[in-house]
Amino acid sequence: MKQWKKGLAAVLAMLTAGSIAACGSSNTASSGTAPAGTGSAPAKSAYAGETVYYLNFKPEVADVYKEIAQEYEMETGVKLKVVTAASNTYEQTLKSELAKSQAPTIFQINGPVGYNNWKDYCLDLKDTDLYKHLTDKTLAVTSGSGVYGIPNCVEGYGIIYNDAIMKKYFALADKDKSVTATSADQIRNFATLKAVVEDMTKHRDELGIKGVFSSTSFSNGEDWRWQTHLLNIPLYYEWKDINATQNPAVTGYAQKEIAFRYADNYKNIFDLYLNNSVTRKTLLGGKSVDDSMAEFAMEKSAMVQNGSWAWSQISKVGGNKVRKSDIKFLPIYTGVSGEEKQGICYGTENFLSVNKKADEKLQKASVEFLNWLYTSSSGKKYVYRSDKLGFIAPFDTFSEKERPDDPLTQEVSKWMSGKDVTNVTWSFQAFPSQNFKNAVGASLLKYTQGKEDWNGVKADVVNDWKSEKEKS
Amino acid sequence: MQKALKKYAAFFTLPTLLAFAVAFLAPFLIGIYLSFTKFSTITDAQWVGFGNYAKAFEQGGDFLHSLGFTACFAAITIVSINGIAFLFALMLTRKLRGTNFFRTVFFMPNLIGGIVLGYIWQLILNGVLYHVGQTVISDATYGFWGLVVLVNWQMIGYMMVIYIAGIQNVPQDLLDAAAVDGASSGQVLRHVTIPMVMPSITICLFLTLTNSFRLFDQNLALTGGQPGKDSAMLALNIYQTFYGTPGYEGVGQAKAVVFFLLVAGIALLQLRLTKRKEVEA
Repeated sequence: MKQWKKGLAAVLAMLTAGSIAACGSSNTASSGTAPAGTGSAPAKSAYAGETVYYLNFKPEVADVYKEIAQEYEMETGVKLKVVTAASNTYEQTLKSELAKSQAPTIFQINGPVGYNNWKDYCLDLKDTDLYKHLTDKTLAVTSGSGVYGIPNCVEGYGIIYNDAIMKKYFALADKDKSVTATSADQIRNFATLKAVVEDMTKHRDELGIKGVFSSTSFSNGEDWRWQTHLLNIPLYYEWKDINATQNPAVTGYAQKEIAFRYADNYKNIFDLYLNNSVTRKTLLGGKSVDDSMAEFAMEKSAMVQNGSWAWSQISKVGGNKVRKSDIKFLPIYTGVSGEEKQGICYGTENFLSVNKKADEKLQKASVEFLNWLYTSSSGKKYVYRSDKLGFIAPFDTFSEKERPDDPLTQEVSKWMSGKDVTNVTWSFQAFPSQNFKNAVGASLLKYTQGKEDWNGVKADVVNDWKSEKEKS
Repeated sequence: MQKALKKYAAFFTLPTLLAFAVAFLAPFLIGIYLSFTKFSTITDAQWVGFGNYAKAFEQGGDFLHSLGFTACFAAITIVSINGIAFLFALMLTRKLRGTNFFRTVFFMPNLIGGIVLGYIWQLILNGVLYHVGQTVISDATYGFWGLVVLVNWQMIGYMMVIYIAGIQNVPQDLLDAAAVDGASSGQVLRHVTIPMVMPSITICLFLTLTNSFRLFDQNLALTGGQPGKDSAMLALNIYQTFYGTPGYEGVGQAKAVVFFLLVAGIALLQLRLTKRKEVEA
């Protein structure tokens, strides 16, 4: 009996100790350290044997980084460790990882707000080759004369439309006389868009759709297309009015208060989405982005506001009817004067930063790795190929041909190089916090349910900005 | 034997003590320290004193709102869960056919994780509210009652099992004596069964009370605090403060400390009150 008890206690003690050890090493993220090199290739880097640690933001490409790590180690002898934060947990993961002794040497910030939070950790990248190759220097996150975040991909968003349905509509004999456009690419302002959309709603049975626009998704955490992306447009114009030459995100970041002067323009497009939707207004609180994309893929709707990342989502919907050649972008017109020249919204919220608190050798090795990935031919192929990272990389080392072949991404490239087009840059990097965005989303939801009028929403946006800005 | 125990005491308690220190004591103390600082990672904290506590209670009063919401929620669910669970336990300790089957069925919801439950109930509730053209996040009232239903559904089975164990342990001779004395079934319940299952009641009240206050996954998955922050309970409010605004990590931490004191205080008070009612057979 005594023996038995002793044995049991020992087993329990071991189990307890074992579980502590397990806690230390377990991580929701996946780690992608490459296996040791073959040893036959000579080490080419001065930092061979060191380990560069990259905290990856995009879970969907976590596996690609494993391949990159393997090739990079073979070529240079430098180990690359990639940890991927689970979706929507980047800030949380970054917080805990940076506190460790083996902290990430390369991480991402989301713009000036992110920089403000992590400025003690961001190395000045002004003198790196990567920055010299950056095509649009205004995209980088700067402070004073220093450069602290370099964008690694640009993305675009607008109103995605299904050209097959649009062609069907323009071929209708009895369409409204006020519609003068004869194809979707002739829609060049809000008035035309509104006329077309409202007439399409009238003919929705003939077109075989339930509504022109996919559901304006408002379920929990699914409202970012409205509180972030759509809100970008009125605030872009507001900050452009304040300073026409400066990057509006920089202007916006400096504003302690906003006037939300283009609120009625926001209302124009938002009402159009709501009134010509697949779903009744009061039920939008139950819809997710996935629902919206599925509606578009199943041709229940003809248009949906989303970005260049959406094609992979649409094509994966079971029973997708939309053909690759029919998917196009339309700028989000809101009725601002001169918007005939407005393009789609393009920009990034992915900025690479190098950890200033890491060992100096590691900092240099990190910069060298980024250089390799975005400038060398062996690195670049991982960046632009659609089946790899699939980025539109904003560096002059990438030729016109070195772009992903995904239809929406190609559309973004087309709009970016379009003549006589002013694309709206992403200014929402300047939004003070997630709390601000959530509060705006809540007001918009109340508006869709008829519990708040538009003046209320306008006041909320202005007040939420002010109170969240005061906190930082 | 005594000697041997003393000799090996350190050896046997050390692993547990270490685990307790590493996994509980250290984070707890660091957490309290962090509530007095401004930090983005735990290694670069700067001392700010009681500022975080002041901010926790101003900020548009959403912390107090969450507190009220949580308190109402706790009051309702403690009564309903324990009441219904006790009734089920009484029913399923009668010698009826299929009691084991029903015990299993009632216990099963407890095996599903909170996040999954939240999403399932979100679908169900949205499906029901669809008929009146609403969704579960249209109004905080829907979120509130949705959570009440969800938690009842989840917890009743568990509490029922504890009550069943308690009821089965009521000595048969006491029940026989009561029957001989001519007690009605109501009197047996009031004067024999309930006093004898008092230890189970203490445990169940403690579990439901702390669970109601600490509820997080179900809240996050069902409504995420929507609309606005109207249906956010304390734990979710703390989480949103911590991650929602850069620079507000310390305030979230301060709220967490207040939250700990509150839950610990209420739970201790409850334990003391119900313990007093426990009797020996």
